[in-house]
Amino acid sequence: MTPMFAGLLGRFTLDALPHDLVTAFGALTIVGAGVGALALITITHRWKWLWKEWITTVDPKRIGLMYVIISLLMLLRGASDALLMRAQQALSAGDAAGIVDANHFQQIFSAHGTIMIFFVAMGLLFGLINLIMPLQIGSRDVAFPVLNAASFWLFFGGMALVNLSLVVGEFSAAGWLAYPPLSELQFSPGTGVDYWIWSLQISGIGSLLSAINFVTTILTMRAPGMTLMKMPMFVWTVLGSMLMVAFAFPILTATLTMLALDRTMGMHFFTAAAGGNPMMYVNLIWAWGHPEVYILILPAFGIYSEVVATFARKRLFGYVSMVWATMAIVLLSFIVWLHHFFTMGAGADVNAFFGIMTMIIAIPTGVKIFNWLFTMYRGRIKFATPMLWFMGFVAIFTIGGMAGVLMAIPPVDFQLHNSLFLVAHFHMMIVGGVVFGFFAGLTYWFPKIFGFKLNERLGRYAFSCWFGGFLLAFVPLHILGLMGATRRLDHYDASLGWQQLFIVAGVGVLLIGLGVVFQVLQLVVSILQRDKNRDLTGDPWNGRTLEWSTTSPAPSYNFATIPVVADRDAFWVRKHQRSAQPAPEYEAIIVPRNTSVGLVIGLLAFGFGFAVIWHMWLLAVACLIGLVVTIIMRAQNDNTERTLSAATIAKFEARTSEVTA
Amino acid sequence: MSAIAERAAGAQRTVLGFWIYLMTDCVLFATLFATYAVQRNSTNGGPGGAALFDLPYVLVETMLLLTSSFTCGLAVIALQRRNKQLLLRMLAVTFVLGLAFVGLEFNEFRYLVTEGNDWQRSGFLSAYFTLVATHGLHICVGLLWALVLGVQIWRRGLGGNTVKRMTLFSMFWHFLDVVWIFIFSVVYLWSGRL
Repeated sequence: MTPMFAGLLGRFTLDALPHDLVTAFGALTIVGAGVGALALITITHRWKWLWKEWITTVDPKRIGLMYVIISLLMLLRGASDALLMRAQQALSAGDAAGIVDANHFQQIFSAHGTIMIFFVAMGLLFGLINLIMPLQIGSRDVAFPVLNAASFWLFFGGMALVNLSLVVGEFSAAGWLAYPPLSELQFSPGTGVDYWIWSLQISGIGSLLSAINFVTTILTMRAPGMTLMKMPMFVWTVLGSMLMVAFAFPILTATLTMLALDRTMGMHFFTAAAGGNPMMYVNLIWAWGHPEVYILILPAFGIYSEVVATFARKRLFGYVSMVWATMAIVLLSFIVWLHHFFTMGAGADVNAFFGIMTMIIAIPTGVKIFNWLFTMYRGRIKFATPMLWFMGFVAIFTIGGMAGVLMAIPPVDFQLHNSLFLVAHFHMMIVGGVVFGFFAGLTYWFPKIFGFKLNERLGRYAFSCWFGGFLLAFVPLHILGLMGATRRLDHYDASLGWQQLFIVAGVGVLLIGLGVVFQVLQLVVSILQRDKNRDLTGDPWNGRTLEWSTTSPAPSYNFATIPVVADRDAFWVRKHQRSAQPAPEYEAIIVPRNTSVGLVIGLLAFGFGFAVIWHMWLLAVACLIGLVVTIIMRAQNDNTERTLSAATIAKFEARTSEVTA
Repeated sequence: MSAIAERAAGAQRTVLGFWIYLMTDCVLFATLFATYAVQRNSTNGGPGGAALFDLPYVLVETMLLLTSSFTCGLAVIALQRRNKQLLLRMLAVTFVLGLAFVGLEFNEFRYLVTEGNDWQRSGFLSAYFTLVATHGLHICVGLLWALVLGVQIWRRGLGGNTVKRMTLFSMFWHFLDVVWIFIFSVVYLWSGRL
């Protein structure tokens, strides 16, 4: 091969295309879905609309919705990986081979973890923040709208790389955190780990930029009168979570870079030879990874706080202690990372310190649980679907949390490390805590986003299936872990007597699958019945915070007149004051112009990642130059804003109030 | 809020956002520093810092960068006095000093590589090259930024966005100076020889 040719094609050959049945099926699904979507847009002549209204948008509400849609699609992919894993383990005892081979099984569990954390949980998190946080602080926008769009398209680029690995090449088989030396070139010579590195690197940089954006937004763009201690609880938890992103994600960026340098430039950070230190990787990745867990759960805590106060029709109990608990968790989450590898042998003193810190973190979390319970106490509770998700969470999360305190005792952890007990524990926290929270949030804020409520009956069915299915799937895994089953087994001896429990877990996952079917059905039925469930008041749940004070869906500028805040639960107080509101006086609003810069940055980052994975160095350099040129060109453009005149807003507001009346 | 007040608030927001960005960059460097500290003695039988680093040479690099930070500060004073000529001149001096720094650093790397002490030699050299080159890469970005900014100020004068961008650039440049002080101490002074 000539050098020119190598620069263009790198190590790409036709062998990279899928050859066996399972991968080919996955590849066809991905390609088919992509082609189908493009065809549908072309047939319905929606390209122009898609470009103008969505792809180039800088409106946080639209960006948020795009995050949510992509995350929900990725949830389906991550869930099908889960189904495959449960099926494999239920069927592969003794002589039975199961349905996939060992290498495939490794790719499946690696993809499941990666997708669920980075492209489902993180996506839903940023989606909900974009959709709700600016409304809750009474702001018209985020601090850096174009940067926000770039963050989204970087997330999109990372997501595209993960899915592309199904079609071209392979995905990592080294677990969701790619521990070296297994993830080093010597033991994983293919493109899988490189796909893992670059999809995380690109979306991770997007997350980091989002965090800078949201922290700045919350600190500088709150409505007049909204002091920090008057912020809604969701905003507080977003602030905590985004501060953690800002301080934890650079560690991920650096660690991934070092692993990439090991793999592509022959360095020796984490190799098993030549002075590399694999244990350093484990330390670094968890120094990011443990805060990451709290990055996900804190905003879910915020959602529960909003939901429980609204549906108990009471002010949130212990607001101040809730704020302090949140910030204590932010701090503590950075000094517990070592509990993920007590078995490494850091010594008794180090293990004791991190064990005790881990137990201490249960205290602020417990404070939160009791605050929610006391909010419910003597409230007039309305058992709407978001409230059901909340109560399911309290049950699962409390039990899972106690299992966590148990494992914080190093000697106990020596027994349970890498067992299915651990797998069950963190699913209790992440599914029972984070996923339930985001489902509660999506149901709760759905009318604010779309202007109509979701069907309650189907929502209850979906919750029941999820709750029952979840317990059925994960209680057996606790027992199996205590019986000695380690994680990531593609096969086990029949005499161990594990198969019945694996089958029960498999049935549990099927029940969760039924819950997902009900959720899809709920969405379809609600769209069909939208006229029946339309929210004309903007305040369908008798809400307490500012997002309910504007119309549903909110106009692009969120608030025609910026609200003035005098108290916590600002909207609730205003509703009950009964004082006559002065007739609104509208003023011109400056809004950012739509731009394709975000899309271009995302695409070029995707191209760069793809090029480095395949060693196509010419393409990589071209993409890098493209990125620099894009940013410089953007800096030359002064015409980035436009003004909505007061008359336009008055007209728009008059029309919406007409519809309401 | 009036349009002017809105714009001033927007500029303040950008400065705060940039501060937060610098703090995230600080964490990135902290990670690389920690890695270097762990790998410092992982020389794989090869040479360590004492055999490789030439302190007087690095001192020259350091002086160049510190001086460029000083001239960058002068550029900001010129900005406050709305003296466009002085500002451009100081920015140019900053640029040249930065370029000289990068040139010296590149030469140092080239020397190490031609002697067979490249980044593949040992864990120590991997950590050394990555930490120092990450700083060097930041300096290169800063040079490009200074160039674009200089052209913008030269053509459009001190209006609109250029004031804000000059402020951000000087924050970035001073930050890189602070990081270099740490590199000088932790990497070179810790194991270098006179």
